[in-house]
Amino acid sequence: MNYKTPANIIIWGTIFLKAVNGVSLKIREGEFVAIMGPSGSGKSTMMNLIGSLDVPTKGKIFLDGEDISTLDESDLAQIRGQKIGFIFQSFNLINNLTAKENVMIPMIFQGYDIDERGFRADELIKLVELTPWAAHSPGELSGGQQQRVAIARALANSPEVVLADEPTGNLDTKTGETVMDFLNGLNKKGKTIVMVTHDPDLAKEYADIVYWLRDGKIEKVTKKTVKRRIK
Amino acid sequence: MIKDFFYLAFKNLKSRGIRSWLTLLGIFIGVTAVVSLISLGNGLQMAVASQFGISENELITVQAGGLSGFGPPGSIVVDPLTREDANAIERLSSVKNTVLRNIEDGIVEYNNYVNFRYVGTIPENKEDIKLINAQLDAEPLLGRLLKESDLGKVVLGYNFYNKKEEWGDKVIEPGKAILVNNEKFEVIGIVEKKGSIIMDNVVLMLESDADDLFGFGDEADVIIVEPKNKEEIAKTKEDIEKLLRQRRDVDEGEENFEVSTPEAALASVNSILDGVQIFIVIIASISIFIGAIGIINTMITSVMERKKEIGITKSVGARNEHVFLQFFIESSLLGLIGGAVGILFGTLIGFAGIYGINLWLGTELGLNIDFILIFGSLFGSFLIGGIAGIVPAMQAAKQNPVEALRG
Repeated sequence: MNYKTPANIIIWGTIFLKAVNGVSLKIREGEFVAIMGPSGSGKSTMMNLIGSLDVPTKGKIFLDGEDISTLDESDLAQIRGQKIGFIFQSFNLINNLTAKENVMIPMIFQGYDIDERGFRADELIKLVELTPWAAHSPGELSGGQQQRVAIARALANSPEVVLADEPTGNLDTKTGETVMDFLNGLNKKGKTIVMVTHDPDLAKEYADIVYWLRDGKIEKVTKKTVKRRIK
Repeated sequence: MIKDFFYLAFKNLKSRGIRSWLTLLGIFIGVTAVVSLISLGNGLQMAVASQFGISENELITVQAGGLSGFGPPGSIVVDPLTREDANAIERLSSVKNTVLRNIEDGIVEYNNYVNFRYVGTIPENKEDIKLINAQLDAEPLLGRLLKESDLGKVVLGYNFYNKKEEWGDKVIEPGKAILVNNEKFEVIGIVEKKGSIIMDNVVLMLESDADDLFGFGDEADVIIVEPKNKEEIAKTKEDIEKLLRQRRDVDEGEENFEVSTPEAALASVNSILDGVQIFIVIIASISIFIGAIGIINTMITSVMERKKEIGITKSVGARNEHVFLQFFIESSLLGLIGGAVGILFGTLIGFAGIYGINLWLGTELGLNIDFILIFGSLFGSFLIGGIAGIVPAMQAAKQNPVEALRG
């Protein structure tokens, strides 16, 4: 994998979807972008398109200069595995695997051998401060801990972009803050973060650019002018 | 990577509910039936063969047919064989030697206990004794076997020695005397255990002694024939049949006698057992087929239930073939586990069966553990599980990641 490739995601043109329609945006490497909007505004569809989980019926999506809207399922999977890390609102961990095994899963599909996987998973678990919980299953972890496992998993293959879909949606305020601090820290280290949220305070506080969606269209774009609060 | 899928499949199977395991019953029952049948089947073959006195020797047995009742072989027949028949057979160019044998029910008394036992005759010349001992496959456990000069002496089957409870808890061994039809005989030997009801309960005595007791005259229950050329045993058998048809004035197909070789006897035992085996294999196949349907069912349910998991793995980079492999391997492992449990139970049933046969017949048969059968069954179960998993695994692989993530 070429980690030096700049991560530029451009959604350009008209996408004739019920959920997202006529959206055009550009995300630069190292940006912390928030996509804001009420329920049904098309946030999740945007997220799926950016994350190459879905392809537009019309329009183009460029990732690192490559049009991913025409790729087949197998190539899309490859891109997801190598360049994108997902964090979901409901954590989406696999319950019968331990925290460490969950972190190792994305590496299996990229062909890392077991030793490499183990070593890297240990490091990532350490990064999210869950080393004592590495051998526990998701059911034995709190919501905040599960989301931190999900963050570690998202970073497993050193992706250029981390997509976080309502990452604090299922967490209390304090735990949510911890999770956001992790994401913020990652962004400081150069990771591009795209976060979908319906919480305007969260978007304003952490994101460099906020895209406000309504009925599948970008209603407005706000950019941060003051320096972000860093804990 | 395949190793990882096996690991993931194993982890998934571990967390499955009892419902999934119940679907394995079909494979389990099928494999249990096949394994127990085969491990027992060979044991049964040995048991049946030993009961019929079928041994590995290359002698021909001639018996008169047309039984008029029940009794030891050839003892109650309408038209018995005679010494003349034996002499005529011996004159055949393909025959080396013949020996007459009679088996009767005798009343044996020892320690004031009386039991009915078979009395078998032993000829009175060295050559013939050698032939009979080969036919009986008899070896002494205690003492020795009969010699041509052993008038007034008997050799007894294993159960005389082993089952002292039948004789008032007093062991019969060489040196003791028993009464047969009220005549006193000295025991000079005990034959080792044969696993045959007749041989383990037989009283062997010289022809003259037996003739005094039962008055056979020139009649014989069985004529043992030693062919000149053992390679041409089938031809010798045909010669004897032809001769006896002439002597007894019967047409082909209407014989009132039977000429059997060990091979033919074993073949007829085997053909009966084959029939039983085919029947059980059919039942087992149906069971395995139902088991495969069960696996398809449980895997399809599993794909539905784990839609979200499929979405998660796809979102972190799993390609369709990865998802396919994961479910395919899981299904194969389900089959394999069903097969393994089946092999375990099948072997246990075989073991219990053999133990039962040994206890019932007094044989010493061992369990036939066939490793080719075991590995074949394991591989077969794995394969059946895999085949049953193809369609569900394809369904899983084809899931749209966005929809799958919604669960």
